[in-house]
Amino acid sequence: MAMFWNEKIETLKGKDLERLQLKRLKLTLSRVESVGFYRQQLKQAGIRTGDIKTLDDIRKIPFTRKQDLRNGYPFGFIAVPLSKVARIHTTSGTTGKPTVVGYTRGDLESWAELIARNLTMVGLREGDIFQNMVNYGMFTGGLGFHYGAEKAGITVIPSATGNTRRQIEMIRDFGVTAVHCTPSYALHLAEVAEDLGVDLPTLRIGMFGAEPWSDAMRGELEARLGITAYDSYGLSELYGPGVAFECHERDGLHIWHDSYLVEIIDPATGEVLGPEEQGELVVTPLVKEAMPLLRYRTGDITMLLSDECPCGRAEKIARITGRSDDMLVIRGINVFPSQIEHVLLRIPEVGNQFMVYVDRINHLDEMTIEVETNRAHFSGELSDLSRIQKKVVKELRDTLELRTSVKLVEPGSLPRFEGKAKRVIDRRETI
Amino acid sequence: MEREKFIIRQISVFSENKPGRLAAIAKALQEEEINILAFSIAEADGFGVVRALVDKPRKAYEKLSGIGFNVAFTDVIAVQMKDIPGGLYEIARILGEGMINIEYCYAYSGKDAAVLILRVDDVDAAISTIMKGGGTLLESSLFQ
Repeated sequence: MAMFWNEKIETLKGKDLERLQLKRLKLTLSRVESVGFYRQQLKQAGIRTGDIKTLDDIRKIPFTRKQDLRNGYPFGFIAVPLSKVARIHTTSGTTGKPTVVGYTRGDLESWAELIARNLTMVGLREGDIFQNMVNYGMFTGGLGFHYGAEKAGITVIPSATGNTRRQIEMIRDFGVTAVHCTPSYALHLAEVAEDLGVDLPTLRIGMFGAEPWSDAMRGELEARLGITAYDSYGLSELYGPGVAFECHERDGLHIWHDSYLVEIIDPATGEVLGPEEQGELVVTPLVKEAMPLLRYRTGDITMLLSDECPCGRAEKIARITGRSDDMLVIRGINVFPSQIEHVLLRIPEVGNQFMVYVDRINHLDEMTIEVETNRAHFSGELSDLSRIQKKVVKELRDTLELRTSVKLVEPGSLPRFEGKAKRVIDRRETI
Repeated sequence: MEREKFIIRQISVFSENKPGRLAAIAKALQEEEINILAFSIAEADGFGVVRALVDKPRKAYEKLSGIGFNVAFTDVIAVQMKDIPGGLYEIARILGEGMINIEYCYAYSGKDAAVLILRVDDVDAAISTIMKGGGTLLESSLFQ
């Protein structure tokens, strides 16, 4: 019972697909002409728009990195007049400032279309009731899924995060059939429901993303929540969630080939790898208007799958297995150790050395940061130390949008690294 | 000035709340033949401050700083208490009626008397209040 939102596009193959992709790639190349960074980068690489004649010619174009987006803060990568930007989201940057992503009305429409395809693909339609249990602020998972689900004709409950008992009450009272959240929150939800001694009989579909999760976790969630669980992949730089999604086969994620041109590279050399070879996902979005990107390095490790999917849709990537950089995913929020360093540099009362410990307690990620007290700022008073500790917690929360535990340690007691620092100890077991 | 002789330099040492830290401090003091007259530990979330009255505060400061500890001097005063029921009340009442706020205090009971060591926000007001109330302040020369 294959269901499609846009069957023609979703199953497009061969020459027809290539023609569409090439046309859109050329359009994207013309769009980036209004971005200073790309004008300069293409000039330096000696590439003129006319040089891109086939899809393979894309390999001549240099990569775009997250750091480049950061350097363009705030609007350096916006290719349209700001008045044409309908919405702005941000995502965590590698240092102090976030990465800004912008959307035209057309982008919001394209994004909702991709989400509608995903939801239809997993079997949701008019009549379903969908509870969106993710952050609705700057995080793209909230509004992204929301508008896509509305477009698909589904009834949407914008419950956002927190208050698990209330979430359970709504699922039961409203007859919710599908939820979207992080896999670790779903497990927490299952536990709270078990503690309350209630079941969730109407629930049948769970869509989980924003953090990596295993097939063992899938089995656990399916058994405990009575659902079929689907993996969702996306990142704000490529609109947000909806970039790739599992179908009923749940054997790889369909990456929407009309909207994203996909390459897998060796993260160390930049060499393009073949199907079934594991490497970093590099994406050139084909329909983005406000913020077109060329060969964007996602940092996510996956591979292209070569076998045909029985559902009839094309191109699939394997589930994400890791990162090519040091980005951490904490309760679904991306954190770079460099952001922590940046925050600590601003606080004179503590040193610049730090260690990060990540644990999973009751299925939820907890991040503890050890930082040294600073001799010059030690008054001898316990209350001053407590104030410093609270200040670090607050500054980190403001920057990372994440609650952390901060532990003050003695000066000189943290390891000093020669060469590559290993400041993060991730003690979480695979979920 | 009169007040100076009553002001005692306490050493305050930052310490992580983990096994062996107090031993490290005590060992360092032993090595320098520094005697501890009174001490207490205040704890917060994962760390604490070891507060001590020692006979050679400058030497203690240098030694502990030298081996990496965060050390600060803190001005405290010491009041003699009668070592009988009501001894603490007598002093606490004087301070309370004089509206002197105690940030923290600790006490020991010695051979001659019991002693209350006080950290207050206004040392001058505390000294004059105690003297006016008939309390006995101990001079720092008795300790250091």
